[in-house]
Amino acid sequence: MPADTPCFEARNLTRAFGHGARRKVAVDDATFTIAEREIVSLVGQSGCGKSVLAKLLLRLEKPSSGELLYQGRPIAESGDPRAYWRHVQAVFQDPYAAFNQFFTIRAQLKACFRLFDQRPPEREMEDRIDQALLAVNLRPRELDGKYPFELSGGQMQRLLLARIFILRPRVLIADEPTSMVDACSRAGILEYLMKLKQELSMTIVFVTHDIGLAYYVSDRLFILHEGRIVEQGTPDDVTQRPTSPFTRQLLDDIPSVHRPWVTRA
Amino acid sequence: MKLLRHLLRSPGFVVGALLLLATLLLAFLPPLLLELDTSRRVGLAYVPPTAGRWLGTDHLGLDMFALLVSGLRSSLYVGFLAGIVATVLGTLIGVYGGYKGGWIDDVLTACTNLFLVIPSLIVLILLSGSLQEGRSLTLIALFIGCTTWTWSARAVRAQAASLRSRDHVALARINGYGTLGIVCLHILPYLLSYLFMVFILQTASGILTESVISMLGLGPYDTVSLGNLLNQAIRNEALSDGAWWAFFPPMVLITVIAFALYVLNTSMEGVFNPRLRK
Amino acid sequence: MAAILEVDDLRLHYLTRLGKRVQAVDGVSFQLQPGEILGIAGESGCGKTTLVSGLMGLLMPPLHLTSGAVRIAGRDILRLPPAEVRRSVLGRDIAMIPQGALNSLNPTRKVRDLATDVILAHDEGADRRAIQDRLRERFTRIGLEADAVLNAYPVQLPAGMKQRVVIGISTLLNPRIVIADEPSSALDVSSQKAVIQLLFNLLDEGIVSSMVFITHELPLLRHVAGRIAVMYAGQIVEIGTTEQVIFDGRQPYTRALMGSMLSAEPGQKSRKPVAIEGAPPNLGEPISGCRFAVRCPVAQSDCAQREQVLREVAGRHVRCHHAR
Repeated sequence: MPADTPCFEARNLTRAFGHGARRKVAVDDATFTIAEREIVSLVGQSGCGKSVLAKLLLRLEKPSSGELLYQGRPIAESGDPRAYWRHVQAVFQDPYAAFNQFFTIRAQLKACFRLFDQRPPEREMEDRIDQALLAVNLRPRELDGKYPFELSGGQMQRLLLARIFILRPRVLIADEPTSMVDACSRAGILEYLMKLKQELSMTIVFVTHDIGLAYYVSDRLFILHEGRIVEQGTPDDVTQRPTSPFTRQLLDDIPSVHRPWVTRA
Repeated sequence: MKLLRHLLRSPGFVVGALLLLATLLLAFLPPLLLELDTSRRVGLAYVPPTAGRWLGTDHLGLDMFALLVSGLRSSLYVGFLAGIVATVLGTLIGVYGGYKGGWIDDVLTACTNLFLVIPSLIVLILLSGSLQEGRSLTLIALFIGCTTWTWSARAVRAQAASLRSRDHVALARINGYGTLGIVCLHILPYLLSYLFMVFILQTASGILTESVISMLGLGPYDTVSLGNLLNQAIRNEALSDGAWWAFFPPMVLITVIAFALYVLNTSMEGVFNPRLRK
Repeated sequence: MAAILEVDDLRLHYLTRLGKRVQAVDGVSFQLQPGEILGIAGESGCGKTTLVSGLMGLLMPPLHLTSGAVRIAGRDILRLPPAEVRRSVLGRDIAMIPQGALNSLNPTRKVRDLATDVILAHDEGADRRAIQDRLRERFTRIGLEADAVLNAYPVQLPAGMKQRVVIGISTLLNPRIVIADEPSSALDVSSQKAVIQLLFNLLDEGIVSSMVFITHELPLLRHVAGRIAVMYAGQIVEIGTTEQVIFDGRQPYTRALMGSMLSAEPGQKSRKPVAIEGAPPNLGEPISGCRFAVRCPVAQSDCAQREQVLREVAGRHVRCHHAR
C-alpha cells in the first residue's frame, strides 16, 4: 500500500431506500477522500444523511450505487467482514441502546474478541478488558455482574470507548458520542477520544449536529444537507468563510455564550 | 437458578404454575392410583355424580371421570404439540425474514400470506377426512401446527424487523456475530416473553381447533379428548337433560389451562427482562 | 410585585422498597416573578427532575414530601388533594413540557384531535367549531403553520416540530407558569433554537406569564434565563442573575460546571473544557459539611466539617463559606 493511499475514498456514493415514488435518497452522490490519521466530522441537522453515511463506512449498509474504497480496495460485499471490523470500529450515540440488556457488561465486552480468528487465552482477555476499563477511568471490579441499566449514561458511553481500547482499530466511526450524555460529561468523553487518537494514531470520523463541537475536534468538516455534501474544508475555512447557506444556518444556530442567539420581542 | 428464584417471588407465576401443575397432575396422576377404564360401562346413561363416581356417567354409561382424565391428556398433548410446531415454524420464518429484510423477507412474507389466505380449517377437514384409520393424535397435532403457524410468523416478523435496526444489533454485527448468533443472542431474548405468548395462544387454539375437528367426527379415531367430550355431550342432549357433569368439567378444564398459561406469560415478562427484575 | 410562584424550604425524599430514605431535594427556596424566566442547572442526579415533580404538585410514591411548601398565588399546591391538583392546577396554573415529549403524543391520532381533547377535558361544553378556530388562531400566533401541523399525525413531523407541537398543546389553557424540563436537549442545534424561539413567543404573546427552564447545559441559559439557580446534591448552591452566574460564578461548583462545558464555537478553540472529577454524592447516606468538598478543586481542610448555608456574596446567594 503506497503511503499516500487515503483511508477512505468515495466516488458518487449513493444510498437510497425504497422503490418508485417512495424512494428516499439518504446519501446522494457523495465524492470525498479521508486521509489516514485524519479527524473528519460529518455535520448536519437530523435527517441529513450523516448517520447513513457513517453506516456505509462501517459496512453496515451497502451502497446503492457508486464506489467506496477502504485503503484503496472496495469495501467487499461478501466474504468474512470480520477483517474489516478489526480495522474499522464504532461508538454509538445511545450507549444504553447499544448494549444488549440481557447480558452482563463484561460478557458483552468480551464478545468483541470474536473478531479475531484466534481468540487470546482467557487470562489475557480478562487482563485486556481490565486495562481498557482503567483507561476510561472505570473500576473493573465494580462492573462485575452488572447489567447495562445499572450504570449512568456517562459510564455507559465510556464502556463503548473501552471496547475501542480493547480492539485498537485503525479507524473509529463516532456517531454522536456526546449527544446523549450530560453536558458536564461531554468534556470527559472527548478527552478519551483524543487519547485514543494519540495512542493508536487512529483515523476518526465524527458524526455530529453541532458544528461548534466539530470545529473543536476535527481536521476537516463535511457539511451535509439532504444527503449531499454541500461543503467540505478545514474548520477555519468552513466556519469563517462558509460558502453554503446551510453551513451559515448551522453556525447561526449554535447557542453561543458570547453573541446574541434568540432574541425576544 | 437466579431466574428461578425471581420467578418464584412473582405471585402471578406461582398461581399460573400451580394451576398448570394441577391440570398436569389431574392428567397423569389418577391412572397411577386408580383403576380407570374408559371403555367399560359402569351404569346407566347420565347417572349424576356420587361419592364413588365423582363425575357420574356419560350418555353411554361410561365413567365420566375416567373419560375426563384421558381426554385432558389427549388435549394437552395435541395443544402443546400443535403449539410447539406452530411457534417454532412461525418463529423461524418470521425472525429470519424480519432480520434479513430485502428479497428474502419479501419471499417469506409472500409465502406466509399465501398460507394465511388458505382457510386452514377447511384444509384440516379435508386432510382429516382423507385419512380414515391413520388419524392419530400426533398426526392431527402436526396438521394443526402446520396450518396455523402463519399468524405467529407475521407477528414475529414485525417484532424482529423493528429489532433489526437497533443499535445493539449493529454492535453485535461489528463484534463479528453472524446471522445465527445475532438471531439467537440479540433478537430472540428480546422476543422471549412475546414468543411465550404466541406459544400460549397457539396451544389454546390447538386445543380448540382439535375440538372443532372432533365435533365434525374427523378427530382422532379412537381417542377421547376434551373437545370430543364436549361434542358428545352436546350431541347427546346433555344440556337439555341437565347433565352438567358431562359438559361442565371439560369446559372448566379448557378455561383453566388457558388462564394458567396466560398468567404465566404476564409474570414471566417481568422476570425475563432484567430491567423490570431489578 | 407579588411572586407568582413561591418555593419555601422544600424538602422531598424517596423511600426505596428496602425502606431506605433518599433526600433528593433538601431545602430549596426561590421565588418566580411574573414575566421572569428562571433557569435551573446541574448535573444529572442533582435533584432537578425531582424538584419538577414537586413544583407540579404531583408527589407519587416512592416520592414523598418531607417539609416545605410550593405556593402558586398564595395557594399551597402540595397540600391539595391530588384530584384537585389535576382539576384546577395542572394545565391552568402550571404546565410542564417534559423531557421525553417526543414520544408522548398518541401516534394514531392527528394533532388536531389531540389538541381538541385537551380543551374538551377542561371545558366539556365547548363548541367544536369554535375549538377549531381557536386552535388555528393559537398555532398561528405562536409561529407554527397551523393548517399543516394540525392535520398531521405525530409520526409525520420531524423531532423538532413534534416538540414544538407538544409545547403548543400543553399551553393551550394559558397556564401562568411553564416548567420546561430539558425541552431541547434531545434535538439538533437548529431545532433547539426553534424551540427556544417558541418559548419566547409564548411569553411575548402573554400566553404564559413565567417560566422555569431546567437544563444540564449551563451556557444555554445565557440566552434563555434572567436568573439562574445552580443545583448540587439536592440544594441550590448559587442563585443570581444570569450575568453573575455565567460570567462570574462565586461557588466553586458553578465555576467547575461552566469550566466543564464545551461551549465550542468557531474562534474559541483555545479554552479546553475540564471535566469535573468524581460523581455527585449518594443522597441515601448522611453527608456532613460541604457536599461538593470531595470534588472541589479549591477545598480546604474545614470544608468537610462546616455545614454550608446560602449567604449573600457580591449581590447573589452562594452556598460556600469561602466564597468572596
